[in-house]
Amino acid sequence: MGLDINTKKLKKNAFRVSKVRGIGASRIRVPGGYLNAEVLGMVQEIAQQYGNGYVHLTTRQGFEIEGIRYEDMDEINEKLQPIIEMLEINQKDPNTGYPASGTRNISACIGNNVCPFANYNTAELAKRIEKAVFPNDLHFKIACTGCSNDCAKARMHDFGIIGMTMPQYDPNRCVNCQACVKGCKKLSVSALRVENYKIVRDEEKCIGCGVCITKCPTRALTRSQKKYYKLAIMGRTGKKNPRLGQDFLVWADADNIIKIILNTYRFVEKYISPDAPAGKEHIGYIIDRVGFEEYKRWALEGVELMPETIMKECVYWDGIHFDR
Amino acid sequence: MGYQLSRTEGEQMLAKWQTRYEVFAPKLMRGEGCFSDTDIVRYGKISSFDEIVWDKKSDYSFKETLLAINETLFYFTEDQTTVPAGPKKDILIFLRACDLHAVKRLDEIYLKNGFEDFYYARVRERAKFILMGCESACASGFCVSMGTNRAENYDAYVKVTEDAVLLDVKCEALMEGVEAAACEVTPDYVTENKEKVTLPKKLSNESFTKEIWKEYGDRCIACGRCNFVCPTCTCFTMQDIFYKDNPKVGERRRVWASCQVDGYTSIAGGHEFRKSQGDRMRFKVMHKIYDYEKRFGYPMCVGCGRCDDVCPEYISYSNLINRLAKEEN
Repeated sequence: MGLDINTKKLKKNAFRVSKVRGIGASRIRVPGGYLNAEVLGMVQEIAQQYGNGYVHLTTRQGFEIEGIRYEDMDEINEKLQPIIEMLEINQKDPNTGYPASGTRNISACIGNNVCPFANYNTAELAKRIEKAVFPNDLHFKIACTGCSNDCAKARMHDFGIIGMTMPQYDPNRCVNCQACVKGCKKLSVSALRVENYKIVRDEEKCIGCGVCITKCPTRALTRSQKKYYKLAIMGRTGKKNPRLGQDFLVWADADNIIKIILNTYRFVEKYISPDAPAGKEHIGYIIDRVGFEEYKRWALEGVELMPETIMKECVYWDGIHFDR
Repeated sequence: MGYQLSRTEGEQMLAKWQTRYEVFAPKLMRGEGCFSDTDIVRYGKISSFDEIVWDKKSDYSFKETLLAINETLFYFTEDQTTVPAGPKKDILIFLRACDLHAVKRLDEIYLKNGFEDFYYARVRERAKFILMGCESACASGFCVSMGTNRAENYDAYVKVTEDAVLLDVKCEALMEGVEAAACEVTPDYVTENKEKVTLPKKLSNESFTKEIWKEYGDRCIACGRCNFVCPTCTCFTMQDIFYKDNPKVGERRRVWASCQVDGYTSIAGGHEFRKSQGDRMRFKVMHKIYDYEKRFGYPMCVGCGRCDDVCPEYISYSNLINRLAKEEN
């Protein structure tokens, strides 16, 4: 009896059709790339029992268990249940596996759990966004990165969330050692200078990376209590026009960023091309087609930005054009 | 004399103290640490015993309460200078035994080393000290090795328990208007540290050429954190400020300086006496345990261990000293 499999359905159930007839792969999304090591044992068990014993660590911080027979998908979905629960994945019906695969895993750099440069807990925000957007089959890529170093390559995403901190300066604690000035010059954007032995920050230039704060030996420079983010939008890889995401919001807050992401889902539902292959079209191409002004109208619905947030009225992208 | 008060009575006593004193104690500064979502313990004004961090040594010492990081010495106009007013209130400083021993070092430098420093003296004479006990040894301190684990010259010792405030008061003025039951109270202090330090006994100018200075110097990044957290570092530098909108008017400040940071030994003409970090490390260490002692009869370092805790390059001053001592055997 021949294999009779709905490949469209299995893909949305986070399995992959491989190049080998009859054999697929099981994809396990790990939001923020942060997991209890117990999950590793569960992945191992599935790989050894149902797969060929090998696992690919995906570029988006997941596992892809190789050598899965399509007949075993239901059993594997049951085996995935404790993983899905531990990772707190949104799911309607238990034991049915991952409910969507279009929106990609929200990836994150290691963040301020560990990294001295990170300006926020990236895994925590990734999980918060996961909760807000999943399950969803529209093609969205979102990444959280702790600072402007952008180790998570957030600028290659539809939504790149880059951590910022607003330096707080207490001149009474400053001893004019200039560690901040040197640090900003060597590692960042030279936004600091000295006037009358005190530090002056060029607010236009400052990217909120926090280097000055980590360099300060007296706590004259400290982090803002508020967490700030830069939202770079519509970066992408791909065949036609790969490009880096451009800043849309600077000094923004997480609540509004999540609102904008959710608004963008509605925008895509409205404007996605009816002939989009497999119902997937990069958001950036949709915006290219309908215009940024129209996108902005949708994106900003119900968004009330903080007074200190800078919004770019117009966003322009460049990148490499293979399609012209 | 010892006293016992309830927590409520203790807070009332503190409120009474605040009418006469600015009360400084180690406080948790939330989110003000070096890295994201990290806190720091440093000195600030308090108005409740609950604000004091009792269970952890402060990252920065009490030093800034007696010796401001930035102090304006005088303002100048074209033909006049004005000295800013001194403290308006007396001050009460909560500190641990090691730090109270550090006060002696600050006094030595600012009051007894040739002449009395006007600015330090006018704050110091208004200061009283409240000893905080150490129920257990902190991870990095070596107060027992330095003989600074016990302090006697406090104005009062305060211990706050779940339901009581215990005091041993030497300055009875602190108890004016305070009703309290007498009670035997002796300060908690540690008798053994995890970190034990043996001071080298044969340091001299010959020690300048030791390899160890280069070894640690190569690791040092010249940030000066070790000096800024140290309760006994007393160096300052001068800044003359000419106000931007009227450069004929300005002020002269003195500001904390660090012997590890660039510029400390720079002189006119561009010469620098201690250019390499190794030389700077040698200067600091030998000053703490050799030069100061030669002059005043006891070492400068009180063994609080803050410099070990704060160094971003994990340079351990206590380990360095032990290695110096070991090299002598």
